[in-house]
Amino acid sequence: MATTSTHSAHPDYLQHHFSDPQQQQEAAKLGMWIFLLTEVLLFGGLFCAYVIYRSWDPQLFINANKELSVPLGALNTIVLITSSVTMALAIRCVQLNKSKQSAAYLIATLAFAAVFLVVKYFEYSHKIHLGQLPGQFYTYTGIEGNNPHIFFSVYFMMTGLHGLHVLGGMGAIGWVLWKTVKRQLHSEYYTPMENVGLYWHLVDMIWIFLFPLLYLIG
Amino acid sequence: MAENQQQHHVTPLWVYLGVGGALLVLTVVTVAVAKVDFGVLVGVSSLNIIVAMIIASIKAILVALFFMHLIYDAKINMAVFITALLFLGVFIGLTMFDTVRRADVYELEEGPIKPKAKIYQNQ
Repeated sequence: MATTSTHSAHPDYLQHHFSDPQQQQEAAKLGMWIFLLTEVLLFGGLFCAYVIYRSWDPQLFINANKELSVPLGALNTIVLITSSVTMALAIRCVQLNKSKQSAAYLIATLAFAAVFLVVKYFEYSHKIHLGQLPGQFYTYTGIEGNNPHIFFSVYFMMTGLHGLHVLGGMGAIGWVLWKTVKRQLHSEYYTPMENVGLYWHLVDMIWIFLFPLLYLIG
Repeated sequence: MAENQQQHHVTPLWVYLGVGGALLVLTVVTVAVAKVDFGVLVGVSSLNIIVAMIIASIKAILVALFFMHLIYDAKINMAVFITALLFLGVFIGLTMFDTVRRADVYELEEGPIKPKAKIYQNQ
């Protein structure tokens, strides 16, 4: 077996059930895109809830949204967009076999993700302190009009699920950082980093919609 | 390996920096235009939210095409992504037909959505 030409020729990163590295990469990428499809529909449920409640009572959203800090939301948007740029540059560097630079860009991406979560922590703790909490836990009395707790239910569910995705993305970036440092990723094989990048860009894309929908509707 | 090399598209550095810069500029634009009142579009929706969603969509398209490489990739990946967006449209669209026009069929009363919330016990 080992002496047949096809087996002795294949590189260690190529699985047996693929005919060549290109087919393997395209299959992995298509699988990642199908996963991202399910992610779009997962967040789609929450976007749908947002649209329903907002169409029932637009004034509720306009009243309650003034409690959110636009500067902090805008800061987080800029942080996340910058982290997407560093993620894209990390992939570009591994394509060019610049492992050290690639690792540096991944560390920068992790740092921006951490800044995002720290800002989110300050926003959350401020709201928890004021009692601006979802549903029946809502105790704040400073907002006019009916049902202000509905806005905060939507806010916490959407940003909470997004925050969990940022956390998961940090784990995934840490994993490809480890593989990069171990020199397992290089110009011929960098599919794990590319797919983690796709996931990270989707998380960025979802925030691009969350920011105006939650922070900028006043 | 040489023939595989050409399959890996390496995006030029200026594309990433240019797209990143455009995204940051559009973020500033969307914050700035949110302070302007564009009025209401024939009683349906405020124009502000439409302007904000157009800017967000431009940003999302930039991310998808360049950061996610859809412009260089096999078209099947683009097809999967567009399928996701189409079904999201069906999901939200059909739900809106139901929830917005339900009052035409049943009598609905306005009231607190969850009267058990603590906020209503204080009143």
